[in-house]
Amino acid sequence: MTHEAQSGNLRLGGLGSSAMAIGAIVGLGGLAATIGLDGVGGSAGFWKSYLLAYMIALAICQGALFFVMLQHITKSGWSVTVRRPAEAIASNLQWMWLLFVPILVLVWTGKGAVLFEWCNTDYMHGDHVLEGKIGYLNPTFWSIRAIVYLGVWALLAKFYRSQSVAQDADGDIRRTLRMQWWAPIGIILYALTQTFASIDWIMAIQPKWFSTMFGVYWFTVSCTGFFAAIIVLLAVLRGCGYGRGSFTVEHFHDLGKLLFAFGVVFWAYIGFSQYMLIWYANIPIETEWFVPRQLGPWFWVSWLLILGHFALPFVLLITRWTKRFRNILVLIALWMVAMFIVDVYWLIMPMVPEAALAEATSWDQLQSEVTAGTLTLGWNPSILNLTAVLGSLGLVVCGTFFFLRQASLAPTSDPRLSEAVAFENF
Amino acid sequence: MSGSAPETATQAAASPDTVMVDVRSKAEVWGLAAQFSTPAGIYEAAKKVRESGYRWFDCHVPFPVHGLDKAMGVQYTILPIIVFFGGLTGLLLAAFLQVFTNSVEIDIWALVSVVGYQFEVSGKPLISTPAFIPVAFELTVLLSALTCVSFMLFLNKLPCLYHPVLKSPKLKRITDDRFVLVIEAKDPKFARSATEAFLESLEPERIVELEP
Repeated sequence: MTHEAQSGNLRLGGLGSSAMAIGAIVGLGGLAATIGLDGVGGSAGFWKSYLLAYMIALAICQGALFFVMLQHITKSGWSVTVRRPAEAIASNLQWMWLLFVPILVLVWTGKGAVLFEWCNTDYMHGDHVLEGKIGYLNPTFWSIRAIVYLGVWALLAKFYRSQSVAQDADGDIRRTLRMQWWAPIGIILYALTQTFASIDWIMAIQPKWFSTMFGVYWFTVSCTGFFAAIIVLLAVLRGCGYGRGSFTVEHFHDLGKLLFAFGVVFWAYIGFSQYMLIWYANIPIETEWFVPRQLGPWFWVSWLLILGHFALPFVLLITRWTKRFRNILVLIALWMVAMFIVDVYWLIMPMVPEAALAEATSWDQLQSEVTAGTLTLGWNPSILNLTAVLGSLGLVVCGTFFFLRQASLAPTSDPRLSEAVAFENF
Repeated sequence: MSGSAPETATQAAASPDTVMVDVRSKAEVWGLAAQFSTPAGIYEAAKKVRESGYRWFDCHVPFPVHGLDKAMGVQYTILPIIVFFGGLTGLLLAAFLQVFTNSVEIDIWALVSVVGYQFEVSGKPLISTPAFIPVAFELTVLLSALTCVSFMLFLNKLPCLYHPVLKSPKLKRITDDRFVLVIEAKDPKFARSATEAFLESLEPERIVELEP
């Protein structure tokens, strides 16, 4: 019960610089390799990989922003020390809009159809359902929304980070009150922007399809990514001798609970709710999204998600002791990071040509077409996927350590610091 | 209070008759209470009481004291294991209920004869997993929760309508700002004077003898 947080090793030294360097090399190298391997043409494969990588990095940082505001809205004491690393991850949102600019440019130069079919005006005007969506899915309104989302996240991340860091120096309790005052407003803004961003950037890949559950599903995806990532980050910091006494077994235990709750149970709950309603009603415009995901190789990816993203971690994380052994918890967290990436891949990549669906008279026919190779399902794993994802994760690591290095690893003047250092789980 | 009702209430969970006779032979003392003024005081005291071999002792505190369970040597609860079986029962019950009422044509006897009947709903298979999951989930949660609450009460010996510690007017402040450690007379190591001397060595504010 000592207040080691005030005296412990909370300043990143060599680790910060080397992690930043490794992150920058992997990040820029991955990005360069993705562009280089594709040639400068900018194929559909390249842009899909780019979007995949961007959404993976974005989800982790969105989850971090949510976590920070959640701690303020609930006036939490236990999480004070953990909040600073989360603030550092969320701070990446301050520069991440830069990586979205290429997608904006793509849409604005009229080549957006490689990624979003709605950019093809002939396609939109040829269909009654799609004509009704033109008011929402058009480059102007879409770009304005994207700028609003990215702006809101950047401002919120900057506000929480700068207030918290400034408090380290002056210990002004009014900063805590200010952050708490803004938290409910921030969470509402966050919920709206994250929901509509997921609709605009992922759901709109298949413009006819819609699901009112999709925003919440994306929220659980971002929570999975963030809680798994922060467990890994804190374990790395502790393993390198930092933050002893600040990031205790109790914090790992609680983050493990949150990963279990949001990343495993809530994810499965929302995913199943979305599936069951569509399955039960069995309306073509809704089921078309699940058709490619139950065919060919995607069938096995779907099962991998059910078992690997839900069943296995459910069993592993439900008991108390796995969450209290750092080495075991970090292995589970790494597995969840992998499953989180598979999940985003599963959201973005599968595709089935509309004509094939319209012509098909039975499920068996679709299956035999897949076996014969005449029906493509967007299953095209390539080196581009790997380099792009490594690139974006590298940049997030680089950015996170850049922010971690600038300040103490825990908010040393937070009024609830002693609570966070002393608390125990029962 | 010399009525027999409180005795039965407090000793019901205790043990066979021989022990009860044993308790009485140690005079009409239910236990000895030592009152401390700080959490640290009772924490250190609990440690020492446990180290000197007492087993039938308890701490009464106005709010949770961190680490006190460990100092007392309280073992981790077996509640999760019981709840697992409660949940499993719910899952199996839901599976049986739905398969029987929707999908099979067998008759079972449950006080009266119940006829199974096959319902086909919107062209789905008779045993249709996705449709069964919500009910299975809800029943699992329901039986887990009921098991959890009822066994929590049972393991804690609740509801407890009478407790000797609350009877003593001298220990009123345990619901406010005092911390009381009680060694019960049924502890095999309990001896009126030796135990009192031992408690004295822990430097409590006061020592109170408790009637049953």
